[in-house]
Amino acid sequence: MNGMHDLGGLTCFGPVEREDDEPVFHDDWERRVFALSIASSALFGPIDRRRHALETLDPITYISSSYYERWLARLENLAVEDGLLTEQELASGQSSVPANVTVSPLDASAAQAVVEQGRPASRDTGRVSPRFSVGDRVRALDTRPSGHTRQPRYARGRVGVIARLHGTHCFPDTRAHGQGENPQPLYSVAFSATELWGSHASPQDRLFVDLWEDYLEPVSE
Amino acid sequence: MTGDGHHHNAPPNPFLENRRNAAETRVLEERTRKLEELLVSKKLVATDALDRLVDLYENDIGPTNGAAVVARAWIDPDYRQRLLEDATAAIRELGFGGMQGEHMVVVENSPEIHNVVVCTLCSCYPWPLLGLPPDWYKDPAYRSRVAIEPRRVLKEFGLELAESTEVRVWDSSAEIRYLVLPERPEGTERYSEAGLAALVSRDAMIGVALVEPPHK
Repeated sequence: MNGMHDLGGLTCFGPVEREDDEPVFHDDWERRVFALSIASSALFGPIDRRRHALETLDPITYISSSYYERWLARLENLAVEDGLLTEQELASGQSSVPANVTVSPLDASAAQAVVEQGRPASRDTGRVSPRFSVGDRVRALDTRPSGHTRQPRYARGRVGVIARLHGTHCFPDTRAHGQGENPQPLYSVAFSATELWGSHASPQDRLFVDLWEDYLEPVSE
Repeated sequence: MTGDGHHHNAPPNPFLENRRNAAETRVLEERTRKLEELLVSKKLVATDALDRLVDLYENDIGPTNGAAVVARAWIDPDYRQRLLEDATAAIRELGFGGMQGEHMVVVENSPEIHNVVVCTLCSCYPWPLLGLPPDWYKDPAYRSRVAIEPRRVLKEFGLELAESTEVRVWDSSAEIRYLVLPERPEGTERYSEAGLAALVSRDAMIGVALVEPPHK
């Protein structure tokens, strides 16, 4: 989906505003939204689905909300979508029906274990033999996916060079939609700044972006 | 701001109040309270887990972790080599890793190359090494502009690079998380590992600052 979240290359936003001695959280509700999101993450499936739930917020909400405001909206939406809560319950704050799933919620030490161990996206199975090698020229496909994708719009149709092999990783475009992990080679692809942005860019500068094999096609010399 | 005697008396949330007035903030607080109460009462999340998660990211996990990795790389050439070849394993040697740092890559600055990290599609960031990202890293201005005009953005951060320096922007579009290994500043030859780590800022490990030489 060509969404509001795909910001790379826009120049309309003005200076980067920074805050001295910025706290980790600005408000207590941010603390709770952060913790709720991590503690409930396994309920809502893989990270790709949860990212897509941010991308499908309406674009005005997306661009005018802070980070944790988006996370709050995502949690409310996913909880309703998955039948854990109803709109009426969110409005009233009163629990009226049981959730449609029974889980044992993470306790403090289990939550800490999730933080310490993480959830690797690499796999030993799937398409484990990379089609491309470091130094190969590739073109990012000029596609227009209807669902979730991690191919930034600025790279589509552009030619770059394979800079690094990252191993075999789950494919977000399918995993976000319950269509399987589809593990495949993931590459760091280097694009010259002028290839992406035109002659205004400094010719020696480069941008490296991580792209899955299904986003790429070979470029013959 | 540190040390000016003003910080502790400042409003708790001057930055956010620029964007959300008190009434809007109350709505957010109310929505969050209802959501938490509902998820807890339905036994989908547990309060002690929420408290632990906040405590971990507010008190334990932050840029001092990344600074320890950088300082070790500066004093130990073998460690530096391992860090550049397999960052996830080398970082785990120092006890760091986990969520949002499952697959780490460290990119090294040099006199010829300056690296800077962004996530244009969301706000991916190496949590185990830097903690949770500052707001500017998550805001549209940084996410959009550093991709297309990195030199202008870096200049706003006070970092002016020579035209001959190659700027490398790393867009964290997958589950790989990037940390910049800054150049060790002049005048630190006699510094201890802990003394070096104290010089390394969060911003230097994102790539929007250099590690400054210590004051004489």
